[in-house]
Amino acid sequence: MATDNALFEFLLRQGDNSLVLGHRLSEWCGMGPALEEDIALANTALDLIGQTRLWLSYAGEVEGAGRSEDDLAYLRDAYDFRNALLLEVPNEDFGRTILREFFFDAFQLPWLHALIDSADERVAEIAAKSAKEASYHLERSAETVIALGDGTDESNAKMTAALAYLWPFAGELMVDDEVDNAIAEAGVAPLPSTIKPAWNATINATFKEALLTRPDSDFAHAGGRNGFRHTEHLGHMLAQMQVLQRSHPGAAW
Amino acid sequence: MVEAQTISEAQVWEWLEDVPDPEIPVISVVDLGVIRDVDVSDEGVIVTITPTYSGCPAMSIISLDVELALAKRGLEKVHFKTRLSPAWTTDWLSEKGRASLEDYGIAPPQPAGGPERCPHCQSKNVEKVSQFGSTACKAQWRCRDCLEPFDYFKCI
Repeated sequence: MATDNALFEFLLRQGDNSLVLGHRLSEWCGMGPALEEDIALANTALDLIGQTRLWLSYAGEVEGAGRSEDDLAYLRDAYDFRNALLLEVPNEDFGRTILREFFFDAFQLPWLHALIDSADERVAEIAAKSAKEASYHLERSAETVIALGDGTDESNAKMTAALAYLWPFAGELMVDDEVDNAIAEAGVAPLPSTIKPAWNATINATFKEALLTRPDSDFAHAGGRNGFRHTEHLGHMLAQMQVLQRSHPGAAW
Repeated sequence: MVEAQTISEAQVWEWLEDVPDPEIPVISVVDLGVIRDVDVSDEGVIVTITPTYSGCPAMSIISLDVELALAKRGLEKVHFKTRLSPAWTTDWLSEKGRASLEDYGIAPPQPAGGPERCPHCQSKNVEKVSQFGSTACKAQWRCRDCLEPFDYFKCI
């Protein structure tokens, strides 16, 4: 992959992660298992969509082709998305939704804290703003993983099944590639792999309390962050997310 | 229409004191701490806003309300700048704003991370219901004495 526009690729990765997870969480709106959970999921989605706007509007400026945050969100196809695969797989149930968010939050909080020291001022500003929200998200998703894992036999069984499904998708967040190398050399961000010790510590401490067993294998699916091979689920998600702009180009209200 | 350069920045700040927060109308946008700067020049008035939460839907309404409030005073050239850094913090809520929140039934933010007391009966015997509430900036709590639920303005 060309690294000549590494900053644009990097910004898409940040924005698409927030956008795709934000959209997945928004699918729960009105369907949460309890009112408080419904509100929490929608609020988290709102934070993520807000962060998406900051990342993608900057991405559009860096690209210099006149694309706005809305153009990037609504008018790109699946293979142009740069989100990690973990974030695009279907919600399935509340347990899997929460565990997925926890895997992401456990990465995102130390990641954003590291980005606060970015050589790119805009990146540092967006990270500082988003980190405050991410710390709330992690607090809640970790607590909820524990409540469900150390809950009833049924909730533990569902979390165990969610873990088996999601685990092979988690590692992609922390696998470096040539875009990451170029970005690290420019001082914009550290290598994602440097977040692994912090991520491991959060996962291990939470799993212990949640009575969940960390799988031995560290096999990680790849193909989301570079857009080479998304799962079939992303296209379905985008079909729903983008239908209005695709059917009525330029619609605004 | 009023020529921008004939009015003072202090005057604009005073007018903005009358613009209520769209979600919590007992406090003004100035009390909320989102208005960071007012510049009056030949080009018009530039109002610098720092968003509370990045996804808060009230932010666009706040700009609109500010624009309408200043237009009502005859100021038609109003421009907005968004400033992300330093990020908004609840430390920027004014003392007046904090007191108004409590009167309204919303416990003001505390560095300890939870409300100091129930805004209805002042009991300190309170518990968290959910970290998230009716808007991005609030959490849901409940008083164990008067049993009333209440909003807590999260400390960030």
